[in-house]
Amino acid sequence: MTKSELIQRLADANPHLYQRDVERIVTTIFDEITTALAGGDRVELRGFGAFSVKERGSRVGRNPRTGEAVNVASKHIPYFKTGKQLREKLNG
Amino acid sequence: MSGKTITRAQLGESVYQEVGLSRSESADLLESVLTHVSDALARGETVKISSFGSFSVRQKGQRIGRNPKTGEEVPILPRKVLVFRPSQVLKNRINSKGP
Repeated sequence: MTKSELIQRLADANPHLYQRDVERIVTTIFDEITTALAGGDRVELRGFGAFSVKERGSRVGRNPRTGEAVNVASKHIPYFKTGKQLREKLNG
Repeated sequence: MSGKTITRAQLGESVYQEVGLSRSESADLLESVLTHVSDALARGETVKISSFGSFSVRQKGQRIGRNPKTGEEVPILPRKVLVFRPSQVLKNRINSKGP
């Protein structure tokens, strides 16, 4: 399911809403999660899961072509932990 | 880095501010989005949200685990796990390389 299919399914389930409002709802939700994570916040959606940011420390990497050692700077990566209910639903 | 935790309440409020619907309908629609995503995953679909990331379900086989307290061997049954792969856009935003 893509974002546009998600919008379509929601629009079908909510015929009283304008398609462009459904689009804005979906866009707002994912934009807000992104903004929160970019600001270092966590997003916890009980039953669904929690988004957080983890730090990866700097390390010495290697250029695979030349074998030369290069420093890889520390970086932050988004992380998602599946909620209990969703985990059970997947295995239900 | 403020380290706050955002919950349904704040996300619902953002939807309310952004779209001209009531607070309760905004909250219901947020819930509906999460339900549609969960249902699709439970059916085994991959959910791809452009510029955010993709959620997919992976099947894990059975393996032998160990109770760390007693050292006893216990089988870990085959199960399905959800994997989230963030998009490059999201990774860049988090490392403040613009949108």
